[in-house]
Amino acid sequence: MIRFDSVGMRYGSGEEVLKDISFDIDPGSFQFLTGPSGAGKTSLLRLLFMSLKPSRGLIKVFGKDSATLTNEELPGIRRRIGIVFQDFRLLDHLTLYENVALPLRVRGYEERSYRRDVIDLLKWVGLNERIDAFPPILSGGEKQRAAVARALIDQPELLLADEPTGNLDPNLARRLLRLFIELNRSGTSVVIATHDLNLMDQYDARRLVLNDGRLQIYA
Amino acid sequence: MPDLETKPIKPVEKTPEDAEHKQHSIVPRSSVSGSTLTLVVAIMAFLASLTLGAVWTVNDTAQSWQNDVSREITVQVRPVDGVDLDTALISARQIVGSYPGVRSVNVVDNVAMAALLEPWLGGGLNLEELPVPRLVSVSINESNPPDMEAMAAQLKANVPGASLDNHRAWIERLTTMARTTILTGLLIFVLMMIATVLTVVFATRGAMAGSKHIIEVLHFVGAEQSYIATQFQKHFLFLGLRGALAGGFFAIVFFLFVGWWASGNPADPTSNQVEALFGTFGIGIGGYLSILLLIFIISVLTALTSRFTVLRHVGTLDRSSGDG
Ligand SMILES: Nc1ncnc2c1ncn2[C@@H]1O[C@H](COP(=O)(O)OP(=O)(O)O)[C@@H](O)[C@H]1O
Ligand SMILES: [Mg+2]
Repeated sequence: MIRFDSVGMRYGSGEEVLKDISFDIDPGSFQFLTGPSGAGKTSLLRLLFMSLKPSRGLIKVFGKDSATLTNEELPGIRRRIGIVFQDFRLLDHLTLYENVALPLRVRGYEERSYRRDVIDLLKWVGLNERIDAFPPILSGGEKQRAAVARALIDQPELLLADEPTGNLDPNLARRLLRLFIELNRSGTSVVIATHDLNLMDQYDARRLVLNDGRLQIYA
Repeated sequence: MPDLETKPIKPVEKTPEDAEHKQHSIVPRSSVSGSTLTLVVAIMAFLASLTLGAVWTVNDTAQSWQNDVSREITVQVRPVDGVDLDTALISARQIVGSYPGVRSVNVVDNVAMAALLEPWLGGGLNLEELPVPRLVSVSINESNPPDMEAMAAQLKANVPGASLDNHRAWIERLTTMARTTILTGLLIFVLMMIATVLTVVFATRGAMAGSKHIIEVLHFVGAEQSYIATQFQKHFLFLGLRGALAGGFFAIVFFLFVGWWASGNPADPTSNQVEALFGTFGIGIGGYLSILLLIFIISVLTALTSRFTVLRHVGTLDRSSGDG
């Protein structure tokens, strides 16, 4: 469903942060994207999500060349992808409930039609008591789970998560990983960027390892 | 998505899940610097309403002048040596009266004539002794006017010293003046609308810059550009409506007051002069309706302007965001 072919990427006129990256992500697959801090994991996820353009090479997402995608086609593609940012990107002036429901709201659904799903999901990630809280008063772990819930609410075909367990204690991290695995079993492709070796040891999955901007793949 | 119900992380508890959840607006009101914009829109709406009102007044006044003037023509009979003025007046009256479209013919008699001339020549005039032209005032049917050219020719041929004045030059000058005033008013009006639009463009861009992180998140969760534009448009429609209502309200109050001052004070000689010149100063139902229409137009204009501004710039906040 996703193909990178000799992709290179630089910020501005700096050095290439990603060099000659080629890989596929298949439907229904599960992979960790790993490597030391600063290796380019976040940059790679942003390329996948098309919030960055590659400096060279070809990226195909759901069969479409990202270079020729128009601004009108982009929302349709993004709706098939759920993303959890390292810095969460929750909106501080909306309640947790509204933040999680945001993807559905922007699709024009009635609040009544998704209320139940949102609340169920919030319960599932253990935030049911924080439904009407605003993000600034939440702990890092709570924000992280809210960000995950927002990425999952519209049942994406592909889930991208950037250090999703970075703010969680090992116990919660394990539960979140179980959630991702469960999601993957139901058909969603999952890419988890992490430098948490402990987390990766808990599940045997394909590893994409970034080092110095180059990619190695361990199946 | 997996069947979440079967593998709860926490036991499911009862929460008031059927309660309505308050929906905050996605672009917070605080990101739009509303009070300045409202004030600018209000001032613009007020000035635009005044301009519209002035245009209405000039138009109405010119119209009524024109009607008054074109309802009447005048035959002037100058005294000519060896011709009896009264006989000349009688034949002039006969000629004019024979044309279809003439309603009534009135020789302005000596007494009325003396009254007309009194301001210039003083009282106690004996017109018999002065070589003063005499007037025949003719009221005509405006919708079916008599053939003036034929009338003028016949008068000239049969009554020595008679000439027909249909006030055309006067009407034309008036009309030109009124038109110029109206065009100037409309030009000012258009310029004010443009200034309003530009203000809204800048305000929208400011609001967008302040809401960059929100727009980014909206992009990430798959919002379409039109959806994002609608979020901003809502605020600006509200602000535009508020400003336009305030401006329009004060303009209406202004015109009501001026109308009252000009007509409700007949003892005041100033107001009499004003009224003689402009008729009643009020802008009439049409004027008030056009101010209401203006309020509507300004709010819609504000909303649409912000919409198009967002649509024009929102794309650049997406993929090139960051820096790559
Ligand atoms: N917005 C940016 N502008 C310039 N350089 C950046 C930007 N974001 C990241 N970088 C650089 O790109 C490299 C990779 O960063 P990143 O993708 O965040 O790595 P990781 O997520 O693996 O820690 C780093 O050297 C970082 O300094
Ligand atoms: Mg990172």
